[in-house]
Parts: sequence; structure tokens; C-alpha cells
Amino acid sequence: MSEVPLELKFLSSHEWVLIEDNVATVGVSDHAQELLGDLVYVELPEVGGAVAAGDSVGVIESVKAASDTYAPVSGEVIEVNEELEGAPERINDDPYGDGWMYKIAMEDAEEVGDLLDADAYSETIADEE
Amino acid sequence: MGNKTPLYQCHLDAGAKIVDFAGWDMPINYGSQIAEHEAVRGDAGMFDVSHMTVVDVSGGAAKSYLQYLLGNDVARLKITGKALYSCMLNEQGGVIDDLIVYYLRDNFYRLVINSATREKDLAWLDRQAQGFAGLVIKFREDIAILAVQGPNARSKAIALFDDYQQQSLRQLARFQAAEFDDCFVGRTGYTGEDGFEIMMLAERIPNFWERSLAAGITACGLGARDTLRLEAGMNLYGADMDETTSPLVSGLGWTLAMDDDREFIGKKALLQQRAAGIQQSFVGLLLLDKGVLRNHLRVVTALGDGEITSGSYSPTLQQSIAMARVPAGTAGQVEVEVRNKMLKAEVVKLPFVREGKSMLNHEGNHQ
Repeated sequence: MSEVPLELKFLSSHEWVLIEDNVATVGVSDHAQELLGDLVYVELPEVGGAVAAGDSVGVIESVKAASDTYAPVSGEVIEVNEELEGAPERINDDPYGDGWMYKIAMEDAEEVGDLLDADAYSETIADEE
Repeated sequence: MGNKTPLYQCHLDAGAKIVDFAGWDMPINYGSQIAEHEAVRGDAGMFDVSHMTVVDVSGGAAKSYLQYLLGNDVARLKITGKALYSCMLNEQGGVIDDLIVYYLRDNFYRLVINSATREKDLAWLDRQAQGFAGLVIKFREDIAILAVQGPNARSKAIALFDDYQQQSLRQLARFQAAEFDDCFVGRTGYTGEDGFEIMMLAERIPNFWERSLAAGITACGLGARDTLRLEAGMNLYGADMDETTSPLVSGLGWTLAMDDDREFIGKKALLQQRAAGIQQSFVGLLLLDKGVLRNHLRVVTALGDGEITSGSYSPTLQQSIAMARVPAGTAGQVEVEVRNKMLKAEVVKLPFVREGKSMLNHEGNHQ
């Protein structure tokens, strides 16, 4: 059973979001990294770029497969985790910590209401585990 | 629910993630595919390959039958236990399967064929047997296979056998097998490392697996098996070649014995292809940009387009690598289309890795 921290929001496409002062920090869930296996490449959005909720903004690739990652909320990308370029395995080792991917300065706080809470996300992945 | 090998419960006990592979429930990894890959390159790992099929061919016509059936010539096998890698071709020169054939004694050969092709192979073997009198083709469902691979694989595995067997296994040459009362051990593999492929009766293999684990041999899944064979430049049936591709455009020309008067299925087509000129070559690609090469991606070269037949990430080189079919004469730098971007790659000689060492940047490697 993979970990689903209660303080986070999620997309059904397995991204997690931490909302703090209008900034959304985004990563991929423990469940997703388990499904993908050892990650070997992460493509992140560009700092300063505008993204809209639901946009494909990057790719994570494991030995096995490539998977698009989607922006959970709209806004401007203000920071990316550059450590992932040389060490994508951080997502495997610590998906909710060192494995974070990027931060968005949110445009519309109400979009948070469209995200799944931890319980709802746990239900969506229950069938897969 | 798929077919299960006799080691299925052992895989679950070792924490395997199970996936479907050609109708078999097989371990893809036991946690980290990369760690398993590294165990084989640096120490010793083992793979359950019991989903592969052992077929014993015997009878007075066994040799002439296999000479007709296979692209390589079993007449090359003169020493008991010697192994030969070969393609089995259709009339058009396409590859029905690739296999290993062991010469056990006069008129007795053992084939190991792929799991995904099992049914069509067996049908083909039966069909081509017409006209060869007294041939016995026996499909050995009672045998399980464990591949033990890596620089320390032989020494760790040898210790698990009895004294007499140990003595024999220590002297076993490469691509040679030893047959004992209770098992059959070939010094062969699919990783580019030294090691054994061990066949024994299915009911005995769980105990041997447990003793191998206790001896410090790492359980490895099909994920690591694929990156290991790719680094070693070894073809995967169904990806790198199939019934529509000739060995001559799949890097397998070296497995064909076609320059004497032996007749074999597909020979006529191959000779015609060769006379007409081979338009494609089969090469290694090393990705220079960041990303991961995958099967079926388009390769753009100065001479036209090609296609990646198998691509992945090389844990040893820490770069993405692939095998590709490209226009004959392609060399130097090419581009690969990955999600609408053109990434740079370099054409290199196969293999990428041999016995734990990178083969890149050796003199004369880059084409």
C-alpha cells in the first residue's frame, strides 16, 4: 500500500499538490513512482512560463515507460527542482519531499476545489493496488 | 490469471512485482530494476526463465531435420554439450523464432525456444518434420530454467552442486553444457556476462532458488533482463526481428551458414536478398541529448528514415541506448524523433557493454 499524505491534494493522473500561501508545489505520488519503477529522466516546465490547469507540462520516464505530467492549477512556474535533472531517482526515494518537481504561483485559488483530497485519491488508486 | 512457473511462489516471497509476459505471470522486478541490473554487472543475479520452452529432438533423422530447419548449421556441433545460436526461418527468410540448440549426443539435440512463440513454433516443428522418418519431438513441460549471470555467478552457483558436478562445471567452456542425472547446465546467457543457464525438473527448482538466494545471488526480474540484453547487443524476438524481417537486416547475418550446398528453409530467399543488395543495416544508437529512446521511434538520417527496434536506458552507461534498423551505410550522427522533438544520437557498434565494461570510445568503435 503506497503512502497518501492527508495534507496534500491530488490529480487522478497521480500528481500531488501542496498549497501554501497561493503557491502550489507539485510532484508525483508514491503510487505513481511505484508503478513506473526506477526513474531515469524528468522533463520539467520552464521557470517563468504560464501553465493552465490540465496542461501537459512535462514528462517523467522510467526504464520501463514515459508518462506525461499535468499542471494541477493555472499560473506561472516560479521554481523547478533542478536537482532532478541529475538525480531523477529522488522521486523514487522521496516522492513527497526531495522529489518535488516545480512550483506554480496560482492565478485562481478556486481551482483547488477541483482537486482530489487524499481520501478521494486513495479510492481512485485502490483498484490498482 | 496467466501461466505460472514453478518459481511463482518464490517470486512472491521475494517481493516481486508480477506482470503479464506472453500469457505468463512473471516478475518484472523485486523493487529496483536498476539495482538488479547492477547486481548482474557487478556480482551475481538470477532470472527465472522457465516460461521458455525446452524441446528435445531425437531419432535417426534429428541432425538432417535440424540442418533443414535452422539457418545455422548443427553440423558445426561436434563436441557433446556444445551450443549454437540460430534463427528458424520461414520460406521468405523471415524469422519465426531465435533459439539455442545443444548437441547432446548423436541424434539427440535440445532446443530452447521463446515463450511468446511457443505455439506457432511447435506447429512449425511438427509440420516440417513430415518426411523425416523416426523423428521424436518432445516438448519438455517438466523442465524449469534458471539463468544465473554475473562475474561471480559461476563461483556462487558451482558451490550449490555436488562434488562431481562441481569438478565438471569448473571446467565447462563457454557455450558448452554439461548433462547430469538430475540437471543440465549450460555456460550460456542473455546478459553479456559470464554465467550458467540451469535446467532441472520443475519440482526441484524452488529448493535450488532458495539455496541460490542464500548464496548471495540476487533475484532479478524481466525488467533487468531486458536492459542487460540491450546493453549486450542481443536481439529480442518480436522487437528486433520477426517473421517480416530477415536476419540480414537484423544484425543476425553471422548466425547464417549459407555458403555451402546445405539446403535449409528460407535459404533461397536469403540468397536472393543478398544478390539484390541489403538496403538496411542494424546498428546501435547512443542518445547524446537527454531523454529515453523507445521502440518504434523514427530515426532520421542523411540517407533516409530508420526505426528503433528496441530502446531503453542503460544503467551501466547512464545514457539512453537503442538498437535500430537504418538505411545501409548510415554512420555518425543521426536524429531521433521523440514526442515531436528531434534528439541527437550517435551510431555505434554493438555491443554497448561486455562483461561489466563499456565498449564505447574504444578505438574503432564509432562508425
